[in-house]
Amino acid sequence: MSHHLVEARNLSFSYPDGTPALKDVNFRITHGESVAFIGASGAGKSTLIHHLNGYLMPQAGEVRIGEVPVTRETVSGIRRTVGMLFQDPDDQLFMPTVSDDVAFGPLNLGLPRDEVDQRVTDSLSVVGIEHLRDRPPYKLSGGEKRAAAIACVIAGAPDILAMDEPSSDLDPWSRRQLIQLLAGFKHTKIIATHDLDLALDLCERVIVLHKGEVRKDGKTREIFSDEEMLLECHLEKPLRMQT
Amino acid sequence: MSNLEVHFHEIGVLDRIAAGDTFVHRLDPRSKLLATLLFIVGVVSFGKYEVSALLPFFLYPVVMAAASGMPAGLLGRKLLIVAPFALLVGILNPFLDREILTAIGPVPVSGGWISFTSIVFRFMLTVSAALLLVGTTGIHGVCFACEKLGMPRVFAVQLLLLYRYLFVLADEGIRMFRARSARSFSGRAPGPGLYAQMIGTLLLRAIARAQRIYLAMSCRGFDGAFRSRTPVGWHVRDTAFLLVWAAFFTVARCVNIPEIIGSMFVQ
Amino acid sequence: MHMADALISPAVGGTMWVVSAGMIAHASRRLRKTLDESHIPLMGVMGAFIFAAQMINFTIPGTGSSGHLGGGLLLAILLGPDAAFLAIASVLFVQALFFADGGLLALGCNIFNLGLFPCYLAYPLVYRPLAGKNTGARQVWTASVVAAVLGLQAGALGVVFETVMSGISELSFKAFASLMLPIHLAIGVVEGMVTATVVSVVRHAHPEILRHGSGERLAGSSYRRVLAGLLIAAALTGGALAWFASAHPDGLEWAVSGITGREEIEAPKGGVHAELAAVQENVAILPDYGFATANSDGEAKTEEAAWPAVSAGTTVSGIVGGVLTLIVIALSGWVVKRRSETRKVAAG
Repeated sequence: MSHHLVEARNLSFSYPDGTPALKDVNFRITHGESVAFIGASGAGKSTLIHHLNGYLMPQAGEVRIGEVPVTRETVSGIRRTVGMLFQDPDDQLFMPTVSDDVAFGPLNLGLPRDEVDQRVTDSLSVVGIEHLRDRPPYKLSGGEKRAAAIACVIAGAPDILAMDEPSSDLDPWSRRQLIQLLAGFKHTKIIATHDLDLALDLCERVIVLHKGEVRKDGKTREIFSDEEMLLECHLEKPLRMQT
Repeated sequence: MSNLEVHFHEIGVLDRIAAGDTFVHRLDPRSKLLATLLFIVGVVSFGKYEVSALLPFFLYPVVMAAASGMPAGLLGRKLLIVAPFALLVGILNPFLDREILTAIGPVPVSGGWISFTSIVFRFMLTVSAALLLVGTTGIHGVCFACEKLGMPRVFAVQLLLLYRYLFVLADEGIRMFRARSARSFSGRAPGPGLYAQMIGTLLLRAIARAQRIYLAMSCRGFDGAFRSRTPVGWHVRDTAFLLVWAAFFTVARCVNIPEIIGSMFVQ
Repeated sequence: MHMADALISPAVGGTMWVVSAGMIAHASRRLRKTLDESHIPLMGVMGAFIFAAQMINFTIPGTGSSGHLGGGLLLAILLGPDAAFLAIASVLFVQALFFADGGLLALGCNIFNLGLFPCYLAYPLVYRPLAGKNTGARQVWTASVVAAVLGLQAGALGVVFETVMSGISELSFKAFASLMLPIHLAIGVVEGMVTATVVSVVRHAHPEILRHGSGERLAGSSYRRVLAGLLIAAALTGGALAWFASAHPDGLEWAVSGITGREEIEAPKGGVHAELAAVQENVAILPDYGFATANSDGEAKTEEAAWPAVSAGTTVSGIVGGVLTLIVIALSGWVVKRRSETRKVAAG
């Protein structure tokens, strides 16, 4: 299943105003892995996530999804493979109703009408919001919006899920629901977050980013035990591991 | 809460009513749009001194409101909120047109008062018809109908996106406005300098949001074409609805019904 | 300054609908050819932005009253005239539907007044030549203020024209214009200042957006097409004027006397206060030379013929019949409501 590989080789990126965001980043994520990118605000998490489906193109080095490098020519295929969940679900739900939003991706794939309807129904039932089908997105609560956004992403049947701060702005109950939902997914999961407890629940592997560089890459429990390193990166041991 | 927040709250209320499920809601948006347009043209095509012949037209909003469950209080409140411009211009008529045209018993009535009354009725009729259209059809349905009737796709998409982000940006605007009033003690609106700064900040946020939305769209295969599913179809009941109302409007426009009823009682 | 359905005649409303719909079709066609697909969400969000921005009021210096941003010129600078026109038209569309601001028939007038003038007149013919290629703060400032003032004055004149030609309001062209133009002069100055400031903010933060907006699209041929569009609009308006004039012989007289009186109104009188004082004076003495007295003797008869007759005899039966009609309507409303409620109960 080599097409589920996600790989960065010597990836560097600076914003147009000259601010460096990523410096010589290397990692390799294999099929079915769940990996959390953690780091303080401004450490480069979002920039990195934006490279995974070609919104940003590498300025130096490369990103490979499966055996395909991310370039302008390959980007549309890459976007079918990598589903992206945004930080603010309002940005992702732009259609008049939830079901229209979920249908947006499949319709763009050129699927026949009944197949589109089937995908909409399936995706909504996976995240448990069939009852919200005809509701306009701006009327939903934070947790419902997040669920609807996830339904939109999985309707495109991606192999890899990339998520940017999936638990931000969620109340504790919705956050718990989200964690249970994501834990049930068999996709390769890549999560950028500073919710370290969420990382502890969902990911067996953690990559720590600090000022655009990979500071550490390893098993979740080991990394979260290294309090000194966490503090240096403006992070803190997950509450559950503090005694 | 400021007036504007109330205003926005009421869009939400209209939206909720539009999600209802009555006979009127189930009609094809096109039949309702066409009926509304016929209605408005019928109402405004009367001469400026016409009052009594306008009255039968109230049947349409009354029946539509009753059948769709639109609360009369909401309609009334909306009418009051938007009244000022039309009424301000209209209220000058009695001062400008003082020619006596008729009398009610011993009281002489000038042309200005008659035309002012006519303006008030026109206003009530046209505004409530528009509100009922959107309250039984929703913006999505109205857009669909307009597009089927020839509105360009780009414009329809523009409308839907505008409506979708209205609430998000209005919310940002309201928060900014609150933050400003929390720190100003005069309670007056800001001067141009500060105003421009607030608008500029709001605009930059809006642009950043548009870029993120575009990213979200292209992640799901957006290539510039908007594909969507058609929500409803045209049935016999739509033809019937449109024909019945068109017939009624035509009769009410050509025959002064109240005048006829009245003359049966008053000799 | 939204036109309202209650104040316009179907001839005026219909003509403006045709003109505005034509402009929307024209703008959409041009956009389809040139639009960068990333501009689609940008246009939608900018429309929503104008909405949100209009919720915040500013004080008009020296008057104590307040106004809000029209936004047409600002959007034209940011997005280019076609996209800006569509965005403004969609704002007005939603306002007509949800706020009942204006109304559906008056929508054509409002799109014409508030969209066409800033986007296709003030921006290409005033702002662009004045601002030129210079991005200096001074040029942008001057160009914005002049363009905003002219755009708003043209829009206000549009409102006056449409109202007077509809003939539902009794206001004469001169009186209405002397009410509308000065106040929109003040609003225009503020709009221009705000536009200039915001443009410089955006130029700083997102230079790429301004490049899109004021690109090379307004080359010679497009200019000519815009002018052709305006000519067609003028011809249609003229047609409506003739139509109107044949139905109401005194309507043309109004408009013509209004046009001859225009220079005098447009001449600068110095200072907002002086303007307002002049308006007050005008309104106060209006009844002496207003429309009603002007043709009260000779034309009273033609008037009765032109409009459905109103005479003392029919008034009483009209009122009795009117009351009865309303009772019947209220009853039928009640019946319909009862029926739909019982059906709901039966279904549930």
